[in-house]
Amino acid sequence: MLTNISNVLRACAQRNGAAAVVSARTYADFTTEATFEIKKCDIHKLDEAPATQVVMTREEGLQYYRTMQTIRRMELKADQLYKQKIIRGFCHLYDGQEACAVGIEAGINLTDHLITAYRAHGYTYTRGGTVKEIMAELTGRRGGIAKGKGGSMHMYTKHFYGGNGIVGAQVPLGAGIALACKYLGNNELCVSLYGDGAANQGQIFESYNMAALWKLPAIFICENNRYGMGTSVERAAASTDYYKRGDFIPGLRVDGMDVLCVREATKFAADHCRSGKGPMLMELQTYRYHGHSMSDPGVSYRTREEIQEVRGKSDPISMLKDRMLSNNMASIEELKEIDVAVRKEIEDAAQFATTDPEPPLEELCNHIFYNNPALEVRGTNPWTKLKSVS
Amino acid sequence: MAAAARFFIRGAPLKLPVSGVGTGAQSSFEATLLKLSPNSNSRTTTQRRHAAHFTFQPDAVPTQYGPTQKMNLFQSVTSALDNTLASDPTAVIFGEDVAFGGVFRCTVGLRDKYGKDRVFNTPLCEQGIVGFGIGAAVAGATAIAEIQFADYIYPAFDQIVNEAAKYRYRSGNLFDCGNLTIRAPWGCVGHGSLYHSQSPEAFFAHCPGIKVVIPRSPVQAKGLLLACIADQNPCIFFEPKILYRAAVEQVPVEPYTIPLSQAEILQEGSDVTLVAWGTQIHVMREVANMAQEKLGVSCELIDLQTILPWDTETVCKSVVKTGRLLISHEAPITGGFAAEISSTVQEECFLNLEAPIKDDQLLNPCQGPTSGSPGLHHLSFSSSFIQSVERGQEKTLC
Repeated sequence: MLTNISNVLRACAQRNGAAAVVSARTYADFTTEATFEIKKCDIHKLDEAPATQVVMTREEGLQYYRTMQTIRRMELKADQLYKQKIIRGFCHLYDGQEACAVGIEAGINLTDHLITAYRAHGYTYTRGGTVKEIMAELTGRRGGIAKGKGGSMHMYTKHFYGGNGIVGAQVPLGAGIALACKYLGNNELCVSLYGDGAANQGQIFESYNMAALWKLPAIFICENNRYGMGTSVERAAASTDYYKRGDFIPGLRVDGMDVLCVREATKFAADHCRSGKGPMLMELQTYRYHGHSMSDPGVSYRTREEIQEVRGKSDPISMLKDRMLSNNMASIEELKEIDVAVRKEIEDAAQFATTDPEPPLEELCNHIFYNNPALEVRGTNPWTKLKSVS
Repeated sequence: MAAAARFFIRGAPLKLPVSGVGTGAQSSFEATLLKLSPNSNSRTTTQRRHAAHFTFQPDAVPTQYGPTQKMNLFQSVTSALDNTLASDPTAVIFGEDVAFGGVFRCTVGLRDKYGKDRVFNTPLCEQGIVGFGIGAAVAGATAIAEIQFADYIYPAFDQIVNEAAKYRYRSGNLFDCGNLTIRAPWGCVGHGSLYHSQSPEAFFAHCPGIKVVIPRSPVQAKGLLLACIADQNPCIFFEPKILYRAAVEQVPVEPYTIPLSQAEILQEGSDVTLVAWGTQIHVMREVANMAQEKLGVSCELIDLQTILPWDTETVCKSVVKTGRLLISHEAPITGGFAAEISSTVQEECFLNLEAPIKDDQLLNPCQGPTSGSPGLHHLSFSSSFIQSVERGQEKTLC
């Protein structure tokens, strides 16, 4: 009976034009779900930690794999385009940290809210942006997610508030979004992300205080990738236990390279918030392979050996791949297929991003204010005014 | 409007109709100007490189300060800081990433030479950096704080305006933080977008108690920076980041100061006064040359150098002589510092003015933030300002 089903499935796959799976195994042979042991989170002002035995289904595994691989390839493509000078300006790449974006998204709903700083390409994707839009935004074309006017650091989509250049400034915004969620009573929450460098900004502590005082459904997440630009955490912070820095806010320290760890911790935090207990703080211990931005080689403040070590031992995509393969949840060919499909998607997006036209000059001055009727603004030509529509 | 805007795109073919710009009577003249302007000639339709909008013009080698050495802007800043740390044992330099040399290499070698208790990094906290600097200055140290980009200075705005500027006044001269100098990279750089291109001098000009200084070249930078450090008032020193590598001059190795609140007349003229500061000086130099060649107009070019307190006397004296004034800067026009200069000049020199004062603005084409798209950047340069000059002349004919 199972053979019949699998034959039908294979036939369907071929009819639909999908690549025929050339493997001895059929889909029916794979384990549909498995239990995994994950690292225990360190806790602060909490009685219990998130579970260490977690279940992941095959679908979930494939989805996480595909999403992480897409982010990885997208960032590497951006690196390539930047070196070809097709992307200009600033470009902060997320490769190495994919498990954070994917894990967080797996722990919350698409209707929840998220805000982060400038290392935002991964989150733009997990929050619903398409690779095409993201790449076109990087190259500054009209098909970009911010119409080509924002660039790498300023990407936005529904329930994703950016994409912010000034670090630390996005955290009070996140607390405000959480307030709106509580006020509107829609059972949504807001995830506010910041880095280990920004963790020393004063406004973050102001946000902690307000969120705790008013029991806002806010999850503050510090993505600790060990370096704030070129400064290691030991040289920047009196206390590198970022998950404890919320003091009166309960905290979790999570292995940010393990997507399941991040997912469990996020679910734990989300439940905490949604039950009205107030904010939660999470520290994700993660690592970025690239330098701070494209103008930073990334090796003057850390050794190549360190980067290789992390890549070899804790790469999030490899970890997930190993887990799925060793538990018979997928085959190597299947994962390779996903890789090929992802590569094609990125290539197409890059093609679009390089050929799409730039935004027209008429749009230069739009959306400065909200105004009705159209406003006239002065430009560099003193005798001609430019139109600003919004 | 669209035609006018398209005018200034890099690579726009020169035969585009020019009727959108100015009045009909001017258009053919302006078209000629544009065709002849050095910038448009060099652009081809295939050029996508974003070349600088100006050419740096070095000054003559100064002879009065001793032996000189070839330095660019960041090296001249390093030299000034080196001199300060050598002569003043209380001097300390701090900021984000200054220890390894700074993101613009302004503090290279200083930590090795003077020790890590005098050149040290701070965490990522501008408000903390300036507040800490004020405290150190009040206690007697010569504190030189670096804010990594002028765009990041706003968290420190309260400390600068409410604490630093008013310290002497509110304590009746018992305390002061005159030993504080804040340095920050300033101005457009081509790819900086919203948060790496700002020119916030106008925000600080509104605050009595601090001084705001902007150099145009390495020789000026070193002299003005040393003057700021020596000055007994808290000073903000903005360094045009696009000039860090582009500006190279022979700079004296010994310490020297250039007086603050003294504008410098770079070029004498009789028909119109051009006032600018920082990078824009080099654009204005080109404008002055073009005006002389194409229009036969003799321009007097003034570098304001100190924004607050500014040298009203030099500017007004010049306007009395020429009767016309054009001020140009990178920041948005509304409330920009040119507005302050305009207001003072019209009050002091009303009867000498032959034409309305023109405020010209380089960067933000719509008083809006600099957009992320490279194509929407930097539309018109010398060619636009030459029209302002020409218009100024025009006004007196009727």
